[in-house]
Amino acid sequence: MEVIKIVGTDDTPSVTLDVANEIFEISGRSLPEDVAVFYEPILDWIDRYSEEATGKTIFNFKLVYFNTASSKMILDILLKLEEMHEAGKDVLVRWHYPEDDEDMEEAGEEYADIVDVPFEQISYSLD
Amino acid sequence: MDGNNDFLEFVYSFNESMESKNVKLVYKGEISHQVTKAFTSLTETNMMVEEESNSVQKKVFHVIVEFLQNISKHADYMDNEEGHEEGSGVFLVCKDEENYVITTGNILQKRKESSIAEVLDKINSLDKEGLKALYKQQIKEGRLSDKGGAGLGFIDIAKKTGNPLAYKFVPINDDYSFFMISSTISRTQNFD
Repeated sequence: MEVIKIVGTDDTPSVTLDVANEIFEISGRSLPEDVAVFYEPILDWIDRYSEEATGKTIFNFKLVYFNTASSKMILDILLKLEEMHEAGKDVLVRWHYPEDDEDMEEAGEEYADIVDVPFEQISYSLD
Repeated sequence: MDGNNDFLEFVYSFNESMESKNVKLVYKGEISHQVTKAFTSLTETNMMVEEESNSVQKKVFHVIVEFLQNISKHADYMDNEEGHEEGSGVFLVCKDEENYVITTGNILQKRKESSIAEVLDKINSLDKEGLKALYKQQIKEGRLSDKGGAGLGFIDIAKKTGNPLAYKFVPINDDYSFFMISSTISRTQNFD
């Protein structure tokens, strides 16, 4: 599959979707002007990937900020990962949050509640 | 120009009024994505200089983003009057010892008032757990509108700031009102 590699800006996250190197990661800030335009190619990619995935998929979210419009798109990604999990694929979500960021930690807890997929919360230090 | 002196008097009293209400930033005009980015970045820089806690910085940033994106997506305009364009409004950041208060105002069709008031009254009646439940329900059931809104902004602001949203509609004419909404972020309180 083709590699998706998007370099982050001050309002869009960095995205790497790379099967060969087993990297599935969204990080940084997400408040794009049009969330659908930004996230559609990512959701399409995951749809295609979910059919052919064989190995373990560890999907990393390492966001420092996302607006509520993005939160809906993040749920859409998680729901696709949930489908993969339900289809018997080996999927793990890792939700990274800055150690002093309770809102980002809580956002992870809320997603873990909504979707049925193996979910790990990992705090990291910003220093 | 004869009116010049009057105008400068107005600027003086405008400045005094802003001082008296602790207004640190005010903007009136079109609220585009670029404008939103400019204000979040400006406010962020100011808060960093003033060594505001990370938690307060993030909450202020979030309220500004959600309020401004709300206006750029939903503000109405009166087509019978010049100068009122779609997606424009007024935006204020106030700060005193205890709080940041972020306020926006925009023109709105009167027929939308009751549904907005209903949503806001519901949000203001809920405690943290109630807001979490409402957020969860909305993110699962709500779909992204064609304008890219998820209907989550006000719920999430109340949930993260722990404060109710003050709002008011002032009638402009038979069809339109001016809608104002205000969110308070404590600079001192522990958010837990």
